[in-house]
Amino acid sequence: MTMVNETGAGKTGAAISEFLKRPLVIALVLIVVLLFAGNALSPGFASGQQILRLLIVAALLGIVAAGQNVVILGGREGIDLSVGGVVSLSAIVGGNVMNGADIGIVPAVLACLAVGGFFGLLNGLGVTLLRIPPLVMTLGMLGVLQGLLIVVRQGIPSGQAAPGLSSFVTQPFLFGLPGIIWLWVLIGVLMALMLTRTVFGHRIYAIGSNEHAAYMAGVPVKLMRVSVFVISGMFAAVAGLCLLGYSGSSFANVGEQYMLPSIIAVVFGGTSLAGGKGGYTGTMAGAVLLVILQSILTTVNIADSGRQMVFGATLLLLMLLYGRGRAMRA
Amino acid sequence: MAETGSAKAPTPGGFKRLIERYPFLPALGILIILLALNGIFSPNSLSYRSLTGLVSTYLALIMLAIAQTYVIFAGDIDLSAGAVVSLVNVVIIVLMEKMGGGGLAVFAALGVGVLAGLVCGLINGIVVAGLRLQAIVATFATSIFFTGFALWVMPVAGTPAPALFWRTYGSKLLGLPFVFYIVAALAILLFVISRTRLALQLLSVGDDAQAAYQTGLPVTPIRIKGYLLCGLFSALAAFCVTGDTASGDPLVGGKMTLFSVAAVVLGGSALAGGWGTVVGSLLGALTIGLINSLVFFIGTPSEWQNFVQGLAILVVLMAGILVGRRARA
Repeated sequence: MTMVNETGAGKTGAAISEFLKRPLVIALVLIVVLLFAGNALSPGFASGQQILRLLIVAALLGIVAAGQNVVILGGREGIDLSVGGVVSLSAIVGGNVMNGADIGIVPAVLACLAVGGFFGLLNGLGVTLLRIPPLVMTLGMLGVLQGLLIVVRQGIPSGQAAPGLSSFVTQPFLFGLPGIIWLWVLIGVLMALMLTRTVFGHRIYAIGSNEHAAYMAGVPVKLMRVSVFVISGMFAAVAGLCLLGYSGSSFANVGEQYMLPSIIAVVFGGTSLAGGKGGYTGTMAGAVLLVILQSILTTVNIADSGRQMVFGATLLLLMLLYGRGRAMRA
Repeated sequence: MAETGSAKAPTPGGFKRLIERYPFLPALGILIILLALNGIFSPNSLSYRSLTGLVSTYLALIMLAIAQTYVIFAGDIDLSAGAVVSLVNVVIIVLMEKMGGGGLAVFAALGVGVLAGLVCGLINGIVVAGLRLQAIVATFATSIFFTGFALWVMPVAGTPAPALFWRTYGSKLLGLPFVFYIVAALAILLFVISRTRLALQLLSVGDDAQAAYQTGLPVTPIRIKGYLLCGLFSALAAFCVTGDTASGDPLVGGKMTLFSVAAVVLGGSALAGGWGTVVGSLLGALTIGLINSLVFFIGTPSEWQNFVQGLAILVVLMAGILVGRRARA
């Protein structure tokens, strides 16, 4: 096989097929295909205005997925099921701190980051000090957060987004794009720099691919693992604030819709759930892909039942495209 | 982690050996403590009548926890279990209604319900074990599909179950509540399954799939069988839900999925597979039920109840894992 491919043409062919198998490329190709398909199904789907709206929704998902991405990269079955609860809680806390006034935005951001970081810290401590599997720890935390949401909602009103925050998320900010999209791009650049250029980023990959080797090499494994959960909590908090700006006021369990989709976006971005392999650029494309898919299904005029069945089946098909686990070999 | 290299204790103590043989002992201990606490705060809650009520309310979760256990044995997970419960619930309700609600209709509907559960399990098995997709994301995708199907069968909740069905579920037979007969039948069923090779095979696949494959075990078919068992018990869980709520709801099971996973972990089974017991999951599901009733009996204000429940479940989850690991390390 390799012998045959030694010719120049074979090499290029192999290089092209290798290129086409890269998760980011798959996601981008699918995004273009889906945009054309959407436009064919309902003309105007791929108009600039629509694409902008899609990108805002994708940014919300993408910001949650950034934290999820870091936790998953950190390995040891890393996963954060509590992000949905943090998103909801952050939206409520933010709404009450700013209470519809622009002057409250900065305190609200700080308060939300503190809340997200706190629950991330608890997750991280449970996972490292008590060595609870991340799925169990964050699942338990989700239950706590959902209970806390009920308590908070009983005691205080749902709060109001400040006009500044709302326009940041929904109105043009720079070059016709809303601030949230710039924020997302900034997060994308920072994530890429962190993961590829900093010691911290390399250490995330190190603990994700071989925790024991990383420990032997002097990586502070526990500190790193706590950090990834704190980062995840903070990203979820930022997303909660943006969601508040997007919808004007918070409502019960707004965040729940982000829990599992954030994991799917990471998977569609080519990050392995086993940890240690992948990056955030793909995840951003994965988030856009997921949002476009959902949006196409809402424009098509079918019953909710059919829509969900098509969505579930399409997700499975896409997962097949992204490559499957290795077959058993003796 | 750092501890991997440390030497194992030379001779395991009696307690250790006991837990190694019966991994559900910590769960049983927690359950007894919770029962005692329930009794202290509300002596009435330990009455025959209240306990029967507890079992009939949480029988569905028990069934679903058992369903989840078999896939977790093999190191897999089923996030669609709750959606399967919803699907089977609406399928049997619609069938019973269409067929007139008589005895024959009920039996036919239950037969179709079991079949539906098995088909869902087969789909999950093929997708996860056959096509080798990640269990967490793949079963989430199938859960969306199953929920869509349930919504197609019954778009809006509310169709009542025929009186014959729910009256039987809540009835008494020869002086004993009907649910006791279900529990007895369940015990026999679990005993029979534990006598087959399948449970052990699932555990060995979960312990080390590669090693299991090299010893000649058909790993993929075994994992698919695990999902089939999961589908079967999810259908049984749906029957209990239907008996308890007496109506159809295309979203009724959604919230149960994560509780079923929690119940399995509470029961002392390892989420990574290869270690666990079905009895533990049963106790884990009852633990969740007892926590909920205890939170009620100690007079928690209603808006605080979910929070205290969540916190208690988290604490018990941690405690169970810590005790279990101490025994195994």
